[in-house]
Amino acid sequence: MSKPFEIPGKWEIEYKYAAGPYISKFLEGLKEKKIFGIKCNSCKRVYVPPRMFCERCYVELNDWVEVKETGTLETFIVVYRKFYGLPDPPYALGLIKLDGASESFLHYLGEVDLSRPEKIPEILKQGQKVIAIWNEERKGSILDIKYFKPL
Amino acid sequence: MDKVAIIGVGLTKTGRRNDVSHQELAFEAIKTALKNCELDIDDIDAVVYGTMDNFDGISSPERFDSIALGCGRGRGKPMMKITTGGTTGMSLALTAYYHVASGLYDTVLAIGVQKVSENVEAQQVLNTAVDPILDKTFGLGAIHAAAFQASRYRSTYKSNIEDYMCNVAIINRKNALRNPFAHLKLNITDDDYYSSPYLVWPLRLLDSCPSSDGAVAVIFASSKVAKRLSENPAWIKGLGYISDSYWWGTKPIEFWDNLAILAKRVFKMAKISNPFKEINVAELYNAFTIQEIMEYEAIGLAKKGQGWKLLDEGITCFHGSLPVCPSGGVLSTNPIAASGLIRVAEAALQVMGKAEGRQIDGVKNAIAHAWGGALQFHGLMVLSNE
Repeated sequence: MSKPFEIPGKWEIEYKYAAGPYISKFLEGLKEKKIFGIKCNSCKRVYVPPRMFCERCYVELNDWVEVKETGTLETFIVVYRKFYGLPDPPYALGLIKLDGASESFLHYLGEVDLSRPEKIPEILKQGQKVIAIWNEERKGSILDIKYFKPL
Repeated sequence: MDKVAIIGVGLTKTGRRNDVSHQELAFEAIKTALKNCELDIDDIDAVVYGTMDNFDGISSPERFDSIALGCGRGRGKPMMKITTGGTTGMSLALTAYYHVASGLYDTVLAIGVQKVSENVEAQQVLNTAVDPILDKTFGLGAIHAAAFQASRYRSTYKSNIEDYMCNVAIINRKNALRNPFAHLKLNITDDDYYSSPYLVWPLRLLDSCPSSDGAVAVIFASSKVAKRLSENPAWIKGLGYISDSYWWGTKPIEFWDNLAILAKRVFKMAKISNPFKEINVAELYNAFTIQEIMEYEAIGLAKKGQGWKLLDEGITCFHGSLPVCPSGGVLSTNPIAASGLIRVAEAALQVMGKAEGRQIDGVKNAIAHAWGGALQFHGLMVLSNE
């Protein structure tokens, strides 16, 4: 048999995803350096980022609250490998529970020495305090917060 | 409900399979499964087919794979396509079971096919499966999720968990040496593991599954047909599926509590009161080393935070009292939509005594597991020789 052919292919499709009213208000808040969450009056949890409904109580949420720009680092990882089409390494990601929120959300960790992977457990700690570092220019994006800096 | 058994299994060679097209790979698995239980495609009442479209860069490949499934012109066979991420293969097994247990069909073919190697970067594909509004920005794929699990497990339960992840990495790759259908066959040492580069800390290259092409076909039959066609079918004693939140900040990621709930349900259905004693072999979905350890705990083989103890005692290695993934597991072979069904196929082969070089002696009960989604979905099945 002859050598099997391989036909090159590529998907280049553009989308516009509707963020919905809850995330839209959250993103609008980031422009003003405000972080909005939403409280479930049934289970008292505060969701950051906000959602239309509480997945536990299955009720609609309308009680907006503002949470602090400081929080706790719940977990962290450090990306060392370049994955094609994804951000350039090295970079650290954390699940961060903001003060006043019940659950953690994902963001970059910054001002952290990532040069030696074996030192990561000495540099980043589960439970350490972090603070949001804001971008000078904010346009209503999750990246209006540049990253969270360990305190 | 009727009793349901697996009567035939067809595995393909895996790895980079650029020698065949998507539909030719599906055909290869089905042809083998039919031959192994001496059936013809016209003996199959219905087909359930699974793939994860974007890994292979084809939307709805069932459109042209149908001809390879015996669902082309002239046969009029019922066919259903299923896509549920890493659990796709297990969803296929569950759906095939439901089709037969309902009494609607006597013979159902489940077929999972995937060509992960045809995309340039699997993590880029996986990044299309995260929340597009906020999370996507951060470049998340599957390895990032597993790294969060390992980091959290490490900080919460065991600071040297890496030493046990090393054991899992070595055991699975060595088991794969026994499996002619495995992709990675690596005879590796501790030194190889510790010199393997970090991809996403704390996970190294050797903590991670490969990007594999492969397919698997499994034939499910009613008790009437199974008894007629097979001397030792693999009977399905218990099965189930569970879902959870997408959001990682909403659930514990150091312990798979929803898998623990599912395991209790499934073992109750299978009348298994002590899984550690009654299960003889387990095919777990270990796409990353840490996950195998977490699965020991969630399934009830070890206490929470202590899964690593099984490795200390050698329990889950090939010659241990409860071997895990004698096939080499997902760590050695991961054609994603097929991987869950490969777990079922391997468990069935163990129960039927047909696992050849990777056969464990005296298997009565085997389990097969798959996880998928954002650390979110699990499927579990118990198979037995009686």
